[in-house]
Amino acid sequence: MKNQTFLDTIEDPEIAERIVSRRDIFRRGGSMGAAMAAASVPVALALMAKEAFAQGGLPQSVIDTLNFALKLEYLEGDFYTRGLAASGLIPTADRLVFTQINKHETAHIALLKSVLGTAAIAKPAIDLTARGAFGDVLSNYSTFKAVSQALEDTGVRAYKGAAPALLVSPSTLGTALRIHSVEARHAAEVRRLRGQKSWITKNFTDVNAIAPVYAGENATLHAGVTTDATNQGTEAFDEPLTAAQVLAIVTPFFP
Amino acid sequence: MHSRQESGGAELAFLSRLAQVSSRRTFLKWSGITLGVAAVGCKTDVAGPGDSVSLGTGDTAVLNYAYVLEQLEAAFYIQVARTPYTGITTPELQILTDIRDHEVIHRDFLETALGADAVSKLEFDFTNIDFTSRSEVLNAAKGFEDLGVSAYNGAGPLLTDANLLAALGSIVSVEARHAAVLRDILAPKNAAAGFAGDDVVDVNGLDRSALPSQVLASATDLTHATITSSLP
Repeated sequence: MKNQTFLDTIEDPEIAERIVSRRDIFRRGGSMGAAMAAASVPVALALMAKEAFAQGGLPQSVIDTLNFALKLEYLEGDFYTRGLAASGLIPTADRLVFTQINKHETAHIALLKSVLGTAAIAKPAIDLTARGAFGDVLSNYSTFKAVSQALEDTGVRAYKGAAPALLVSPSTLGTALRIHSVEARHAAEVRRLRGQKSWITKNFTDVNAIAPVYAGENATLHAGVTTDATNQGTEAFDEPLTAAQVLAIVTPFFP
Repeated sequence: MHSRQESGGAELAFLSRLAQVSSRRTFLKWSGITLGVAAVGCKTDVAGPGDSVSLGTGDTAVLNYAYVLEQLEAAFYIQVARTPYTGITTPELQILTDIRDHEVIHRDFLETALGADAVSKLEFDFTNIDFTSRSEVLNAAKGFEDLGVSAYNGAGPLLTDANLLAALGSIVSVEARHAAVLRDILAPKNAAAGFAGDDVVDVNGLDRSALPSQVLASATDLTHATITSSLP
């Protein structure tokens, strides 16, 4: 492979085996020639298994967090799969965008299920109209795009909110962060399709029905530092949502 | 299932390419190992040729690492906004100006959060970028943003403090938004190289991730100073 870098070498399970926990190595102040951060999924999974083996299984808090993420991914996957299947909903010019997003959501579902194994929750029943709030979601493209934006921006905030709970399992955290930034890419693109800025200005939304998705996006306190309250100042930070906030937003989608 | 995509590879190659010209006149180069004495602090000075900057240890080092990256991005976009490329459109200028503002805010946030532990302000060498060229500027911007995303993704699990993780998490998704827009401008609604293209998101739906040592080794030719770190 022409452009192969040494990052690729960590796909070697034996090297991965030696790494196990970057944080331990980091704390010792040592240096490593390779690390898991760039690992492909097989390595990530091997490391998770290693942690699980060492600790008698992933902590319940991590399992709960990953299952919550899986539930959101089930919703997103169902949304895009059915949206793409709905005749005449998505214009030809935009189908590639949603096909690409759906490909990623489907991959996230498979990944989380493989990590959770038998602990993975089954796909729940899903009501894409959210109890009628978005009654024409599968027939009106404007509604579809608005819900898409809401789901992606919620996903970004949900993964971010979950991250601190994953500090106990750095390898799982690394994988979650790599999903998190993909959700942000999706959100940016859908917002752009809708003629919105790709970043969130204050707690602004042009659709009242999805306003809770943006609650607290205008925060100006980050890690104890007061930050700029201007439009750009609030755009520069995407704030997390708590699990309870996320649950309140998505519960209507689960009958 | 077993992907052979090079996580972080493209961004690092991008940096290396940018640095090709400038490295010839760089006084000190990153050697891949931590060099002896580091001149930290003295924040009224700008770290330039011959200077060595140490990121510190622990969470401070991770924050300083982010601070270096944000300094780099801010300096780049300040130049972009100061000398817009030939044929820039109003929407493009708005996007690039917004991004400049975000990066400056990120830079200043990290400097404040670090307080006395913040490394010096750094000089950067962008002589390899033709700022009059739309293609060069947008591709460089895309490279910086994708690099930032992979760098933050790799740095996050190195942190121990949950509040700092939340703060850096609040920044990385904005970098990902930047990357997506720039990619969509360059390759609209494109699966291979667009907003979340197959060149940056792997078959498992995962974005790239790179370690500080890898990013710094590639980025240091853009900085006149030598950056040392005990980070993996």
